Amino acid sequence: MPKQLQRILLLLSILVIIFIGLRHYLIPESFGELGHYRANSLLDNEAHIPKYLGNDFCIDCHDSEASLLTIGKHSKIKCETCHGPGFKHVESNEKVDIILPSGRDFCGLCHSLNKARPINKVKQVDIKEHNIEETECINCHNPHEPWN
Amino acid sequence: MELEYKNKKTRRDFFKAAGIFTGGVLFATLLKPYKSLAYKLHEGETSNVWYGIGIDIEKCIGCGRCANACKNENDVPREPFYFRNWVEQYTIKNDGEVIVESPNGGIDGFTQSIPDEDIYKSFFVPKLCNHCYKSPCEQVCPVGATYRSPEGIILVDEEYCIGCRYCVQACPYGCRFIHPKKKVASKCTYCYHRVKKGLNPACMDACPTGARIFGNLRDKSGPLAEFLKEHNCHVLKPHLNTGSKLYYNGLNMEVK
Amino acid sequence: MIQEHQHLYEALSKVDGYIFPNEIELNWSILIVLYPYITGLVAGAFILASLERVFNVKALKPIYVISLLTALAFMLTATMPLISHLGHPGRFYELMITPHFSSAMAIFGFVYLWYLMVVLLLELWFDYRKDIVIWSKEKKGLLKYFYKALTLGVTDISPEAVKWDEKLGYIVTVIGIPSAFLLHGYVGFIFGSVKANPWWSSVSMPVIFLFSAMVSGIALVMFVYFAINYFRKKVVDMLCLDTIAKYLFYILIIDFTLEALDQIHRIYEAEESFEIISMLVSGKLIFTLGIMQVLLGTIVPLLALGLFQLYKPKDIVRKWTYFIVSILVLIGIFFMRWNVVIGGQLFSKSFYGFTSFKLSLIGQEGLLMAIVWIIVPFLILWALLLLFPPWKKVEVED
Repeated sequence: MPKQLQRILLLLSILVIIFIGLRHYLIPESFGELGHYRANSLLDNEAHIPKYLGNDFCIDCHDSEASLLTIGKHSKIKCETCHGPGFKHVESNEKVDIILPSGRDFCGLCHSLNKARPINKVKQVDIKEHNIEETECINCHNPHEPWN
Repeated sequence: MELEYKNKKTRRDFFKAAGIFTGGVLFATLLKPYKSLAYKLHEGETSNVWYGIGIDIEKCIGCGRCANACKNENDVPREPFYFRNWVEQYTIKNDGEVIVESPNGGIDGFTQSIPDEDIYKSFFVPKLCNHCYKSPCEQVCPVGATYRSPEGIILVDEEYCIGCRYCVQACPYGCRFIHPKKKVASKCTYCYHRVKKGLNPACMDACPTGARIFGNLRDKSGPLAEFLKEHNCHVLKPHLNTGSKLYYNGLNMEVK
Repeated sequence: MIQEHQHLYEALSKVDGYIFPNEIELNWSILIVLYPYITGLVAGAFILASLERVFNVKALKPIYVISLLTALAFMLTATMPLISHLGHPGRFYELMITPHFSSAMAIFGFVYLWYLMVVLLLELWFDYRKDIVIWSKEKKGLLKYFYKALTLGVTDISPEAVKWDEKLGYIVTVIGIPSAFLLHGYVGFIFGSVKANPWWSSVSMPVIFLFSAMVSGIALVMFVYFAINYFRKKVVDMLCLDTIAKYLFYILIIDFTLEALDQIHRIYEAEESFEIISMLVSGKLIFTLGIMQVLLGTIVPLLALGLFQLYKPKDIVRKWTYFIVSILVLIGIFFMRWNVVIGGQLFSKSFYGFTSFKLSLIGQEGLLMAIVWIIVPFLILWALLLLFPPWKKVEVED
């Protein structure tokens, strides 16, 4: 074999060996155990803390609102749907760490008149007209028992 | 003559050396799986959990609480450009024109942009990652940073993603985006961190009308299997054969 | 916070119809337009070189080495737009250590390395080896050690050794032709295999990319040949230019036919995405597609070169026409890549609307960045021509 070809093949083999060696060091651990991905990433994805905790955490302190809720039209709606995630408030018990929805537009999210809303699933009013002199819907409708 | 013999000798030596080297490496691979050359893919036991999503369009009232809860639960940037989960309002006019809107993903609610008398039909469609089992996004990831978990949920490895954006291009449903700060791909994770702790995904809990059903497709008596049995369900873009596991009841043909 | 997203709020106001909320910003911008353009130039320039070496088109001898050096200069730059557009450029090595082989993009690392090392560098090495050995003895100082290192310790330049160089170089070129097809064909496949995007998803995408790559590469070599002779104040070889133009003409016809066929098929079948795509072509892409790519980049060169097949005017007229045509084709093929990459992201996958694209001047994917990656290969080519001047090579008697 001519000398130039030998040299080239030698150089190529050296590069391949270096590549294989580098690869051994650079591949992250757990890669390939379950598929073409880093299996530890499943643990990374699991590690986040839940922010919405569920009604049980609210009922402990707010049993009066909770019992109102069970008999009203809003009974199927979870507390945190309107009040936002409770993970901070459960620790601190501060008002600032939970949302107290206000304004007609908030109730309008579900209840404003819209042809796309199935009328049999939710009561709708024209938010711009319905008792417009009241600034808050909750002045007349208790949010936990809106229709008695 | 002498030169020929010498050349033959060096060539033979070279092949001998190469042969010994290659044989040695192969032998070592058999003895102890050498990660650098090949790794054995474990097929894994077939999980008895295989998650899917059911959405009942007949029940959706377009309140946007699902989209809002998702952003809160998963620290999604609140700008109107990044959504793991959003709601669309379809309005079909009397003349047949279709208008679709999703202002801030539906989080701030909806209004109709045309007068009621011109509306033929209107409805809301929530959208999210379909967690396809023949997912094109997982197929095109060049490094293995997006994958399907044993439970059937498509996840992103944020430590490994290089941010090439190929997966965003490959998703036919527009579910993926690039996180503006982390510069990696991001999408609905089915609230994997909640599901593994026995909780529901945040969007499922937030829905006031029960339009979203979460469940194990392999549990034949579970809520999702019941939903699929009782309703005629469709997936989006079935012609693309993505193996979408997001089943809609009441899906209109205008929904793409 | 608002500042960072300013351009996105602007884009939001410019949305036409409905787009999925995540589609507001184009994911692949000018750098991803550049990458196929540059690899296309490499493949095309190499094919021209192989026409001389393997298919014995003797008239192309003056541009053989220039084609290879041009291909090398652009090849060395090719990865840069790709790596610089990544969200995490520092993680690019992952592509080499854990390539996900179901992804066309994963092949990039290996095809690139293969083509760079085993085809381009090797072929140039075998072609220049004799001269490198001579220069390593003649030059002084740092240059001497540079050439010495390049000899890889082999200093035999006897007639037998040179004959081996010829033979091995020939084999490398033969391997290089399918490698060039793979180098650019896979880029076409990256787009052609995305079933989510009807503007991209097409069987003919790899083939169209390949032929437009050849067209752009040939035009580039023509342009470089003009530039080199202008700076060296030499006369161009008209036979060589006429031959290059002839190949440019033939391959441009094939390229045009393929693209036209793709569009005719799309118009005829008029499947689900047809309405939104025809709005795209007649609206947002009317300038970049209709005028820049088709009219200026394809029709005008075809007419000019086609005319010369029937009637051959004076040398000076042909020279200037070739020069202008090469620039038109280079620009036209750039816009072809633009129309594919940018065009495919302008319409929503819901088929209900369009977003908009604004090319910023600065920033990771700005115009300035793109201009840098266009200029750098020419700088590299200049350096290569200084280090390995083709006109100083020792002539080999055939």
